[in-house]
Amino acid sequence: MGSLTRTQRQRAVQFSLYGLFVLLIVLFWVVSDKEAIRANFFLAEGFTETWQDFVFIGAKNTILYTVIAFVGGFVLAMVLVLMKLAPVAPFRWLATAYIELFRGLPALVVILFMAFGVPIAFGWRPPGGPVGAGLVGLMLVSAAYMAETIRAGIEAVPKGQTEAARSLGMNGGWTMATVVMPQALRIVIPPLTNELVILIKDTSLLFVIGMAANEKELTTMARDFMSSGPSAGTATSLTFAALLYLAITLPLTRVVAWLERRQNRSR
Amino acid sequence: MTTRLHPTQEVDPGAPAIEVRDLHKSFGDNDVLTGIDFHVDAGQVVCVIGPSGSGKSTLLRCVNRLEEPTSGQVLIEGIDITDPETELDAVRSRIGMVFQQFNLFSHMTVLRNLTIAQQRAKKRSRKEAEEVARRNLDRVGLSDKIDAYPAHLSGGQQQRVAIARALSMDPDMMLFDEPTSALDPELVGDVLDVMKTLAGEGMTMMVVTHEMGFAREVGDKLVFMADGVICEEGDPREVLGNPREPRTQEFLSKVL
Repeated sequence: MGSLTRTQRQRAVQFSLYGLFVLLIVLFWVVSDKEAIRANFFLAEGFTETWQDFVFIGAKNTILYTVIAFVGGFVLAMVLVLMKLAPVAPFRWLATAYIELFRGLPALVVILFMAFGVPIAFGWRPPGGPVGAGLVGLMLVSAAYMAETIRAGIEAVPKGQTEAARSLGMNGGWTMATVVMPQALRIVIPPLTNELVILIKDTSLLFVIGMAANEKELTTMARDFMSSGPSAGTATSLTFAALLYLAITLPLTRVVAWLERRQNRSR
Repeated sequence: MTTRLHPTQEVDPGAPAIEVRDLHKSFGDNDVLTGIDFHVDAGQVVCVIGPSGSGKSTLLRCVNRLEEPTSGQVLIEGIDITDPETELDAVRSRIGMVFQQFNLFSHMTVLRNLTIAQQRAKKRSRKEAEEVARRNLDRVGLSDKIDAYPAHLSGGQQQRVAIARALSMDPDMMLFDEPTSALDPELVGDVLDVMKTLAGEGMTMMVVTHEMGFAREVGDKLVFMADGVICEEGDPREVLGNPREPRTQEFLSKVL
């Protein structure tokens, strides 16, 4: 190797890494049972005969549930943030306790509580049946995370902005509404979009709840098509659901990356 | 504007614009102000100088209660603003304030920066607020920047917009907290020119500054602060040219 220049050495290393990569692909191709993979994960009938159910019921409901949980969670998060900023201490304690509680619990446990525990204990049934109850659970959890995100956004707005507004004679409410909040929300758009992506994936937890045929979201639908229908006994329906999740989440994570780049540029 | 500033106290035209009585301010164990007595008469320009940490900015910020005094009184046109009954927001809208870091609302255009508080705090109509804003932008020579966002302005331009924003509330007096300290040297002059014009028009001004030239030329009174007290005050030419106190002499020998 002594006779090689530095650039030549670097080329040699790169070349061997490419070679290794190609070798691994070829090895996988030779060793793998392609027929088994096709039959278990990509059974054609599993796509051609079920796609309408997957797209128009499963994906539609996943998006619908996400939107409901996100909007509800956001409203609740704003209430929590205002409580955290309240001049009266008990409100702040309550908000802190709420946030700590729901961030510390698995979302699945909260969903089970809302769907089964609360109806049994209090006889109270939320609108929308078990699915509605599960969505309330998702809202409660996502609100805790969003509240923390929004509070961080508010704290990221320079103190001088509030001081300027107050020195002009604007009261606390107007200052919050017209000066602090608009800037804070702009700061938290990327992390809140991340929250949205997490929520899309968390709607899959609703599969623990019994659903009517037209209420199924992607995961429930995939599981049910594993035991019945054209691709029963294979994992094809899971593959389909996974591809549809990615079709929804990947564009959103790209949007987040773009928003973050734009925000970093404008600072 | 007929908003009552205080349920019982009245604005007293004969009282000083700003009067501070035995003002103390502590941050925890740190005593920043330890007994300040001073006043600014209507139409006067009072400059406050002193080493950093002497409490001069804290004193200024106590005057519109951005900082809560620990004890003592602050009277604005005869009304005690440390009294909890005082309508603080209404008093504040009569006191313009200009910050070292400008603090323009970064998500608003220049025009909106100038109109928002007029509409929200003074309840002016949008049309009236915009007229006032245009007039004051013209005063600071930035009419062409009316639709710009703060990020697109130089520091000097931002500070002049900040002055126009404060002026748009038609304040009776203006507080300046080191208005040129964050500016590049070549931009300081434009801001000082605006302040000189303002002083010439008879505006009551309290200016915390390091600009000794401005203090000498424009100031009616100079206050030198050190270690939380007023060490010396008087005619600017007298204090700057012939300081009596050793502490003042020491400071001036370093900065002049």
